[in-house]
Amino acid sequence: MSALPLVALVGNPNAGKSALFNALTGARQKLGNYPGVTVERKAGRLALSDGRPVELVDLPGTYSLDPNSPDEQVTRDVVMGQQTGEKRPDALVIVVDAANLDNHLRFALELLALGLPTIVALNMVDLATRDGLELDAAILSRELGVPVISTVAVRKRGLDHLRQELEGLLNGAPRAYPTGAAQDFDAVRREAGRIARAAIVRETPSRRLTAAVDRVALHPVFGLILLLGLLFVMFQAVYAWSEAPIAMIEGFAEAIANAVRAALPDGIVRSFLVDGVINGVGSVVVFLPQILILFFFILMLEATGYMVRAAFLMDGLMAKVGLSGRAFIPLLSSFACAIPGIMATRTIADPRDRLTTILIAPLMTCSARLPVYAVIIGAFIPARDVLPGVGLQGFVLFCLYLAGIVGAMLVAMLLRLTVTKGASGGFLMEMPKYQWPRPQDILLGLWQRAVIFLKRAGTIIFTSTVILWLLLSFPRVPDGDPTSQVDHSIAGRIASGLNVILEPIGFNRDISLALIPAMAAREVAVSALATVYSIDAGDDEALLERSLGDRLKDQWPLPTALAFLAWFIFAPQCISTIAVTRRETNGWKWPLFMVGYLFALAYVAAGITYWTATAAGL
Amino acid sequence: MRLTDLPLRQPAYVDLIDWSVLTPSEGQRLREFGLCEGASVEALHHGGIFGKGPIACKIGRMTVAMRRNHAAAVTVRTGPEAIGPEQDA
Repeated sequence: MSALPLVALVGNPNAGKSALFNALTGARQKLGNYPGVTVERKAGRLALSDGRPVELVDLPGTYSLDPNSPDEQVTRDVVMGQQTGEKRPDALVIVVDAANLDNHLRFALELLALGLPTIVALNMVDLATRDGLELDAAILSRELGVPVISTVAVRKRGLDHLRQELEGLLNGAPRAYPTGAAQDFDAVRREAGRIARAAIVRETPSRRLTAAVDRVALHPVFGLILLLGLLFVMFQAVYAWSEAPIAMIEGFAEAIANAVRAALPDGIVRSFLVDGVINGVGSVVVFLPQILILFFFILMLEATGYMVRAAFLMDGLMAKVGLSGRAFIPLLSSFACAIPGIMATRTIADPRDRLTTILIAPLMTCSARLPVYAVIIGAFIPARDVLPGVGLQGFVLFCLYLAGIVGAMLVAMLLRLTVTKGASGGFLMEMPKYQWPRPQDILLGLWQRAVIFLKRAGTIIFTSTVILWLLLSFPRVPDGDPTSQVDHSIAGRIASGLNVILEPIGFNRDISLALIPAMAAREVAVSALATVYSIDAGDDEALLERSLGDRLKDQWPLPTALAFLAWFIFAPQCISTIAVTRRETNGWKWPLFMVGYLFALAYVAAGITYWTATAAGL
Repeated sequence: MRLTDLPLRQPAYVDLIDWSVLTPSEGQRLREFGLCEGASVEALHHGGIFGKGPIACKIGRMTVAMRRNHAAAVTVRTGPEAIGPEQDA
């Protein structure tokens, strides 16, 4: 661990802790994991006025030091100095929501009793003022015995003051902090209430924005319409907004490929670079815009406070399949990627609820499936409007997502009746105030996602593409032999073997071939197909110039394409998901169960689709 | 009257909580949300198209969502005579 002074940001959920963390550290953040647990560690550097750096760590939000979930356990262990791999913080910044003082002060008092050097950040004072509350930070400071600084993290107000106080705290002579004896919960609560009443100078009832919005957003009918509308806009936007940037990336990859073709003589090296590296990786990177659009919506829904409303609306429905509305949040995150989704299930206290949510998370259509859907839909579904402003392609995509959701609900119901049988856990959530997020915070989140995606493209996807290229390129077809290179290669032979199993559901040899490397990551199926067809084309310039979509359209019958889409609704292959499930469930039993049931579902769904489509004469 | 029967947006106070119907961790979470005898409560929204969804209510300054079975464990009373331990502390 670093020798820098360590300062921990700690506080209740919804106290604006992360916004304060972003405002203090800017883009210089490091995301990692606490050793042995999958709780994300968010750390960043903060420079004091004399230039001395301080390491700032953003601890998971919690309501008390009595942990209810693995996240909250980490917060407790860090502030107590019991977390492996983290030294005890040299100072704490306790973040409290000015508009929720009595409640947040109770936890603050619990933290103050630890006796660490502490500053209290009285955050979101602007929202408190909006709600008609006037607070006196000086009174609060006197009552608590530590500096209290009013901040508005999203407007960067009070940050310099906070930095100054922190400097004084870290430089200053060690002074005695009140280490209160462990007090009983109700006594601390009453004390917090007393201090809050002393610090609140004036309270005038005022119209509250949140209450007004909630009348619509939480309405049983209008709220549901709003939620479905939002989700529909989200999926339409994934297509509509991404066209231009995708064309740019494609043009760029094409330009590089052409430059390589011009610079290198025809041969194995050129084939490796063009077919393996540029075509393979390029065909996945091209989906970065769509993935970022999806993440943009999810980050916005979370940051504005709407996500919890969605959970509230969905709780009734989720209860019917034995889950709670809380599961809706990890499941919605799983639309971006099942890994953060599965990790987010840690906030679900009930172990059976949590396990069920983990097991169905891979059924939510993750962004890695988007490249696969996008290629197939682009090639086989005509780009026309079914209704004014509603494209058929977007509509089909929406249906695929819907199929995943319906599948997940049915599976959850079955699991709750069998392997995760038992009384359902409850649904208890705080509903934060609505707020407009700072654009920088959203951009930072998107940037972090883009880096993670490109790292994946650069490592897992690159490696598997290269291995596939090797397996496809060797042994070389002897000159004059009429068999194609793909048929002759090692990969082609493996795929032909596998095809015996997959042929009944309409999959051809090329699909079997693509499914193997797609174990590494689902989107590799696309780069694998690109590599297969690129090698298959050999030197045929006319073929090389055609896009992957056009090639697929030439070579696949429609029922096969539809079966391929159906397969990917359930497609279990993603090593990272299996690994994170193993880690979160502490063993191999559940990940193996998950993979098994997903494979079975994928096979049956693809089969039914293929047979139905063929029978319908498509 | 139970919290589930409290008309929407009518201020009330918590009279009694039947902790026995809550699991220890649910009880702890509700306490952390500020639920205690004497706390002010206001039911804000009933969720669910079929009337069986969760209830959003204000406890003190915090808005909290809970299921009906939990809300039914909370007995509330309305009116100005409501003085809880929160006030006389």
